[in-house]
Amino acid sequence: MTADPRKIGIGVVAGVLAAFAGLLVEMDLTMAVVLALLVFGRIAFADDARVRLAMLAGLLLWVLVLPLFHDPAGGFIDTAVLALAYSVMGLGLNIIVGFAGLLDLGYVAFFALGALAAGWFMSNFFSGTNGGDGLHVLVSGVAAELPGLHFNFLFVVVVAVIVCTIAGMLIGLPTLRLRGDYIAIVTLAFGEIIGRVVINGDDLPFGLPQVTKGRQGITPIDKIDLPLLAPFEALNLRPWFWAALVLLLAVLFVNYRLRDSRLGRAWIALREDEVAASSMGVPVVRTKLLAYGTGAAFGGIAGAFLASLLNTVNADQFQFYFSVFVLSMVILGGLGSIEGVLLGGVVLTYINFRLIPGLSDLPASIGLDFDTTQLNYGIFGFLLVIMMVMRPEGLIPERRRRLELREGIGVGTTAGVGGPGDEKVVEVRG
Amino acid sequence: MEASAAQRNEGGRRREATFDAISKYGLIAALLVLPVAYGITDISQEGSLAPLANNLVDGLSNGAIWALIALGYTLVYGIIELINFAHGEVFMIGSLTAASWFWGVIGLSAATGTVGIVVGLLASLLVCMLISGALNTMIERVAYRPLRNAPKLAPLITAVGFSFILQNVGILWIGGSPESIVDPIRAQRELFAIAGVSFSHGDLLAVGATVPLVLALVAFMTRSRLGKAMRATAQDPEAARLMGINVDTTISLTFMIGGLLAGAAGLIYALYQTNISFFQGFTAGLIAFTAAVMGGIGNLKGAVLGGLIIGIIQQISDNRIGGEWTPAVVFAYLVLIMIFRPQGLLGEETREAG
Repeated sequence: MTADPRKIGIGVVAGVLAAFAGLLVEMDLTMAVVLALLVFGRIAFADDARVRLAMLAGLLLWVLVLPLFHDPAGGFIDTAVLALAYSVMGLGLNIIVGFAGLLDLGYVAFFALGALAAGWFMSNFFSGTNGGDGLHVLVSGVAAELPGLHFNFLFVVVVAVIVCTIAGMLIGLPTLRLRGDYIAIVTLAFGEIIGRVVINGDDLPFGLPQVTKGRQGITPIDKIDLPLLAPFEALNLRPWFWAALVLLLAVLFVNYRLRDSRLGRAWIALREDEVAASSMGVPVVRTKLLAYGTGAAFGGIAGAFLASLLNTVNADQFQFYFSVFVLSMVILGGLGSIEGVLLGGVVLTYINFRLIPGLSDLPASIGLDFDTTQLNYGIFGFLLVIMMVMRPEGLIPERRRRLELREGIGVGTTAGVGGPGDEKVVEVRG
Repeated sequence: MEASAAQRNEGGRRREATFDAISKYGLIAALLVLPVAYGITDISQEGSLAPLANNLVDGLSNGAIWALIALGYTLVYGIIELINFAHGEVFMIGSLTAASWFWGVIGLSAATGTVGIVVGLLASLLVCMLISGALNTMIERVAYRPLRNAPKLAPLITAVGFSFILQNVGILWIGGSPESIVDPIRAQRELFAIAGVSFSHGDLLAVGATVPLVLALVAFMTRSRLGKAMRATAQDPEAARLMGINVDTTISLTFMIGGLLAGAAGLIYALYQTNISFFQGFTAGLIAFTAAVMGGIGNLKGAVLGGLIIGIIQQISDNRIGGEWTPAVVFAYLVLIMIFRPQGLLGEETREAG
């Protein structure tokens, strides 16, 4: 087992960085050291397939036992659950932006729809149902006593997937005739429209019935209640963590399988050159719509999970800011790179929910007066600009995407990636 | 054989022309729905069209501001086919410059005399325009120029990033909630009224400041050498370069002019609305972008026309349906236009939209 000294060097640096980052967010020391070793092993011996497999298995085991080393109601695990859920969203958006190259700035719409599915079918929102007694399907514990609709979480996930897939395709439809940056604006507009409907859903004009509780929020939402297990509790976050992990692993599996499938190759072909792809027989409409639909479905799953976890469907969650938050994960990690988006999701969630609030004493100590949580916008904006200018392929680049972004391969007439005007003038040499 | 192909072509062209006409007049009809519906309500309930006419007056004033911002979108899009997402924030910084800094420096307040106000506002106009213009040029330099040859996704993402950075500047500057500011021109006070339709100081200001600016822009674009260079670059950057036009400078100039107009719009908005917030740029940017697309992006006349139309729609929606729904109404129009007539009312079929 020989290794390139350069790779060992990078491995040591990355390992130390990973351990340091872990300790910064109050990870258990043992777990941080193990993480450092895993990262080191993965990078230093990247050429050896057996080591790669062993490190992957080690990482999986590490994640599985992670909650056992931390306080079940503490801040670390709280953020860890969020990180997993947001990574699911990041992976969903990665399909639309990273694989298919369609810039979607309204991804928050699917968070909203998934959360609303939970808000309708897992709360007392429809308190008049069944004469005030409520309708209960496969739920136990407190939820089984309350008025309103109370369905099992698995049912809600299916509803969220169906609703979001359809919504994603509907949002995708008008963009089919459009190219490039118009797509970004139309998706943004849809995201804003859905956000508006959620904010004002308690007071719709023209005598329409209530669809949300507006800024007040639909709350409480039932805790996740899986068959054969006791309902989850707010004060023990370990089951939430494992549930989120299962969701993430399922989504990861689908992501990898899709990327290497016929459909995944069609997405990448469309991204690189729409005209060439369609003349090679790639059905443009169906392929694009499937990208929107699949990406949206993941957003819906994460949305339903988050609604149950956060115990509320509150209009203030569904702002444009959130779309950019998820987009930042994809850009930071690397467009189209599954591992990268995972890293981006975890890193950005910790920055957003632990580091920024944790630094609240800093401005006062250097004699300035502002709230660090007010810096969220600037930090994400800065990150987007810096990444795109300095390292557009992201932290863990996908090979093919790096070629496109760095060397301009496929920059030609691609959907969302350029127009004929961008083509370089052909040099003729004698 | 050839004849039948020609016939087919002609049939196709005729069908295309029919679709074109349907989509154009359909869009106009869709735009008329709100005014006509509420006009009928007014006549049946109040017996006069005065409420609708008041909406139209306020809408045109608002629309004048949107037109100034939309011009910035259209100029930039026309030349490098990029949606300058940070443009709304450049406008917001213009408002903040005037209301949160410059008026304090020169001591402009509601108590200032008429001459003082006129001089003060002219000075503010100059300062806002210069700051916004410089800011927009800087953004192009930092965030777009390095990505000139990158896939189009890249500059669009830096644009979103810059928009967020500037929003954060706004938050740190005036805080996270909207702020009421001094009202030196008493914007809401009625100037005169004709048949129940009132014209306020704000309306006069918005129209009175916008018209000269737009005329100056048109004169610049059509008469000056630099304007000619801009039009040439928009048409074909490669050919313009071969003709000895410095394309980079021309693009910088375009951003500068867009920024100047946005700065002016920022000042007028602050005076007209008498309150400012870090978020105003985001909403205004989207409304103005809708205006630019409605008129036909890349088309200056279209941007002004679209701005005025969207101003009226926005005002009617604010006044009748409720302000909280206005963004949704405007975006619904945006989506409709995108689906049925991406080239807008006046625009030509472009590469992007085609």
